[in-house]
Amino acid sequence: MDLWTRRKFLIASGVAGASALAAGGALIGWQDLARGASSRPLSSGMPVLVLVTLYGGNDGLNTVVPAGDPAYQSARPELAYSPGQVLDLGEGLGLNPALKGLHSLWGAGRLAVVRGVGYPQPSHSHFQSMDIWQTASPSLPTTTGWLGRWLDAQGRDPLRAVSLGGTLPPLLAGATTSGSALPVGAFHLPAGATLSAYTALGAAAPGDPATLAAAATADRDLLTVAHSFGPVLDTLAATKESTGAVGEGSLAQQLDVVAACVAAKVPTRVYAVSLGGFDTHAGEKATQEQLLGTFDQAVSGFLGKVAHSANPVVLAAYSEFGRRVQANANQGTDHGTAAPLFVAGTPVKGGFHGAQPSLTDLDAGDLRFTTDFRSVYATLLYRVLAADPHQVLGQDFPQLGFL
Amino acid sequence: MVVSSSSAGVTAEVSARGQVAHLLRRAGFGGRAAELDAAEKAGYEATVATLLAGPPGTADAGVAATPPPAFTAIAPPGRDPAARRQANRERAQQAAQLAGWWLARMVRADGPLVEKRTWFWHGHWATSIQKVRSAPLMLAQNQTLRTLGGGDFGTLAQAMVRDPALAVWLDEIGSTKAAPNENLARELMELFTLGVGHYTELDVRAAARALTGWRLDRSGGRLVFVPAAHDDTPKTILGRTADFDSVSLVDLLVGQPASHAWVVTRMWNRYAAPGEVPADVMVRLQAAYGDGRDLTALLRALLLDAVFRSSTVVGALAKQPVEYVVGALRALGVTPDDTDQAVLLGTLRRLGQVPFEPPNVGGWPAGDAWLTAAAAQARLDFARWAVTKADLGAVSAAPTDSRVDVAARLLGLDAWSDRTRTALQGVASEPRTLVALALAAPEYAVN
Repeated sequence: MDLWTRRKFLIASGVAGASALAAGGALIGWQDLARGASSRPLSSGMPVLVLVTLYGGNDGLNTVVPAGDPAYQSARPELAYSPGQVLDLGEGLGLNPALKGLHSLWGAGRLAVVRGVGYPQPSHSHFQSMDIWQTASPSLPTTTGWLGRWLDAQGRDPLRAVSLGGTLPPLLAGATTSGSALPVGAFHLPAGATLSAYTALGAAAPGDPATLAAAATADRDLLTVAHSFGPVLDTLAATKESTGAVGEGSLAQQLDVVAACVAAKVPTRVYAVSLGGFDTHAGEKATQEQLLGTFDQAVSGFLGKVAHSANPVVLAAYSEFGRRVQANANQGTDHGTAAPLFVAGTPVKGGFHGAQPSLTDLDAGDLRFTTDFRSVYATLLYRVLAADPHQVLGQDFPQLGFL
Repeated sequence: MVVSSSSAGVTAEVSARGQVAHLLRRAGFGGRAAELDAAEKAGYEATVATLLAGPPGTADAGVAATPPPAFTAIAPPGRDPAARRQANRERAQQAAQLAGWWLARMVRADGPLVEKRTWFWHGHWATSIQKVRSAPLMLAQNQTLRTLGGGDFGTLAQAMVRDPALAVWLDEIGSTKAAPNENLARELMELFTLGVGHYTELDVRAAARALTGWRLDRSGGRLVFVPAAHDDTPKTILGRTADFDSVSLVDLLVGQPASHAWVVTRMWNRYAAPGEVPADVMVRLQAAYGDGRDLTALLRALLLDAVFRSSTVVGALAKQPVEYVVGALRALGVTPDDTDQAVLLGTLRRLGQVPFEPPNVGGWPAGDAWLTAAAAQARLDFARWAVTKADLGAVSAAPTDSRVDVAARLLGLDAWSDRTRTALQGVASEPRTLVALALAAPEYAVN
């Protein structure tokens, strides 16, 4: 394995999708797509998956905290929470004090905590481990994301899976198609002859080299997504005091767009959102509490908004790894391995899933994973997307009981 | 007009004008119309020499016109909330001033190669002001990258492990022998010098011990070594056992054969094409880099390589957002002033690439990840703004049926596809619309 997997992969995403289009000639005019999007709202009852990526490696031990375990207290005396500080979940575990909204969801039976999630021979590199999570391929580098492979099996539709923010995460890159990136903010398209010319610029041309084809596809996709999401985003922008969100937007802004899209029955089955900054090598406690507070407010606010929508919403949140059990000299923690993963929403069966890793039987200072992350994916694929997990993951993994 | 004999076969498909247009895009930020004409006339090899030499003498008028900002120190605000808010505002202003300055420098420099190379190194030693929280330290790092980016890679690497901004960013500061912090040690091997697969977890942990003992003198803007906090016991790194410190660790790393291949790969991937470096190219570029780790010799060999000029490399990268914005402003002859700064930084924020704010230590993505619907919207908005700032007299003065070609020359492109030519012809009666859509065309998104 080399570092270039991520890069290869980012490149593969657009290129493969665009060249497949150019070669196959499955060309759709934007008017056709627009007509399709307004005439095929998501059927009621069809579940929606929202995937939250926490970039940087969130410290699992200070998220779902084994506060009563003496080994936890002695490994990180300055970073540890006392049993009285955490929000009790039972079995000696408690949520970080910043996760108050999630604790309410737990009380309502709508939060599943999957414990000890990881994979064999864990990588301590952000890039490699995030690649592994997004491709669901721990042993071999691969050029497609796990949801990209699901998209491949569905046929090209830029609306089927949508990422919020400027760049497309590898997890939505397939071999023959890929998801779309949706800006957080309103669209501004020209009109009249300028729009006609812009539309012509995005037409696929059979002889285009790969990168040129990808650029044309981006122009074309803009027209498609602007038509489908434009009214939703315009409404959202009008209700905000701000002058318009820029870039990726905060997690709350990203989830606001998702909630509005779900309410408008946009035909999207998967949304990818993200929050970064979890690489807490120094001064961890304040930083992580602040980030988890941001996460908690955004997620619990979002789940409140979609709780009674016609389409059930399942939200899953993961990070590329947890952190070392032992603290370092800067009141932080270095890169580790297994960590808990949250699944929440109205259809979710709350409670613990998977075994809590031992704090004394360590692998070179790191936790040993108890639940393969691909079991979580298999469950989401089968229960939320009604897909065949084997086809996406290449082998069978036991499904979990959180749905 | 084709190619030299040594590269015949691989470069046959790319015209001479196409090759110099490619060279000016990759070594700089794209040729202005007159620069492209002059480069075609001078020839490819001569243009490489001119780019590497920079403007004659030491006088680069564009550089002289964009001196780095002089920042006033922001006093520690203490605990008072109002004072803290004020300090945060000042820090944000300085960050915007710093990024705005560098963009203006990139737009105005007559010799663009140094700024492009500094931009490359900023992505390699990717450090973010969001954690460093100091414009002066980020500026000092930027000057180090500019000054040392064309010399011995070992000298650059030694300067970087003692660079205060990088030390804050990767927690070198305050890492002690009692509990070493692995952040810098890991990224030094994984991203800066070796690449994944050329070291073990034990090497990372030992290297972290070698890097212990540094503190930051904030007022002096430099690192101070504290012997008592340094682990001076023997460490085994990459099979060698010694009392490694930061200097001997970096010497060990940059001397590894894997490091030579890594530096060549990083440069090839950003200047030429994604993916593995072709085996014959790797041999040639490593030979140029040599035992002296000569970064200018490496860049020269890369730009002159037959494969670099061939159809497998021409058009194989997408423009990164900064390359797109800077290239467009240079082509249009727009000199951004202070009032334009908010538009430029806003555009780059929407596109996901603000200078001094890489998303993580791996830097920004390369390639087609930039080509999304969201980015297409931001590019279109920027293009429609940029043409209002530009003098489009050359386009307006041309007859309507040749304006599409004039727009290509203006933007430093050697050709349009039939698709784009037809689309642009439909708006040729409106010069502003024509140039805005030319900037939004697929051809201009490709590097």
